[in-house]
Amino acid sequence: MRNKLLYGFFGIISVSISIISCQSTEEIEQAKYYINGKLTYETHCQNCHGAKGEGLGMLIPPLTDTAFIANNLNSIASMIKFGLSGEITIHGKVYNEVMPAETHLSTVEITYLINYIGNSFGNKIGLYTQEQVQKDLTNTVN
Amino acid sequence: MNKSFLLATALLILILTACNSSNPNNKLPILGSREPITKEVDGKTIVDTLYKSIPEFQFLNQDSLPITGKTFENSIYVADFFFTSCPSICPIMHRNMLKVYNKYKGNDEVMFLSHSIDTKHDTPSVLKKYAEKLSVTGDQWQFASGTKETIYGISPEYMVFAEENDQVAGGYEHQGWFILVDKDKHIRGAYNGTDEKEVDKLMKDMDILLREYEK
Repeated sequence: MRNKLLYGFFGIISVSISIISCQSTEEIEQAKYYINGKLTYETHCQNCHGAKGEGLGMLIPPLTDTAFIANNLNSIASMIKFGLSGEITIHGKVYNEVMPAETHLSTVEITYLINYIGNSFGNKIGLYTQEQVQKDLTNTVN
Repeated sequence: MNKSFLLATALLILILTACNSSNPNNKLPILGSREPITKEVDGKTIVDTLYKSIPEFQFLNQDSLPITGKTFENSIYVADFFFTSCPSICPIMHRNMLKVYNKYKGNDEVMFLSHSIDTKHDTPSVLKKYAEKLSVTGDQWQFASGTKETIYGISPEYMVFAEENDQVAGGYEHQGWFILVDKDKHIRGAYNGTDEKEVDKLMKDMDILLREYEK
């Protein structure tokens, strides 16, 4: 009886361990990117775009236009690294200001940022890999 | 026995009411240096206190109209120093200032005065565009442009540090204070414009200050 209980107990433990580890390396990776992304965002983006990605009037666009983020996913890395100028339409409104380049940011830091912004403020892009960011950046330069 | 109980009660009431009457919420202090002055009233020489006040000034606002101390004579106002291309603290400051502006929008006893420290680039038309993009219309929130001498001459009067500096992002270094000024141009409070909690305190203090002028 006692042995059965013990076996049952260990059975449950091992099953739950395997379930937890089944929360794939991908999810763990994403969580890591997200948390680092929050810190990177606070340092390099939050002054202008706000803690809730709310932007500022018609001077600084918000980061809450989920359709814009989803449709421009492959350009976001270069927007962050090389800056942006000219007209862009966010939530149906036309913004025309200059976003400064952040060329000092590394590919890893940009990956952090895309994973944070892409999964905050209503956005849900899932994991965005560093390889993909590297590809996006190379495509811009060429 | 009864006597000491009464005494204790009286003492308690005294302490409680004393705490009430020294409630700091009743009046804001006047900040800055002060000096005694002697003057004659009804033939008698008396000593009075001269409080620091904002000296006379003249700038151009976002509509290219001159603004002076007289523009603000019937209102309390919040002053700050910024520039439109500022990449660091200004967006946070003006995100917070907008909150204050929207609370007092239409109240003719409250005004706002943002000085641009970028005297080269921030002309009235640049400031006008900036104001419009913040949805600021009318003349309740004044955006001042001036010469290097007048702008950097007035900032120490508000006890705010500002200077040109090639070493910092944007080319200008400045503090993000929101300075609360009363109708007599006395400084009544200074709040970190990048800190939401301090900005909430500013709004509370503005209500306290406005009560001084209630008839």
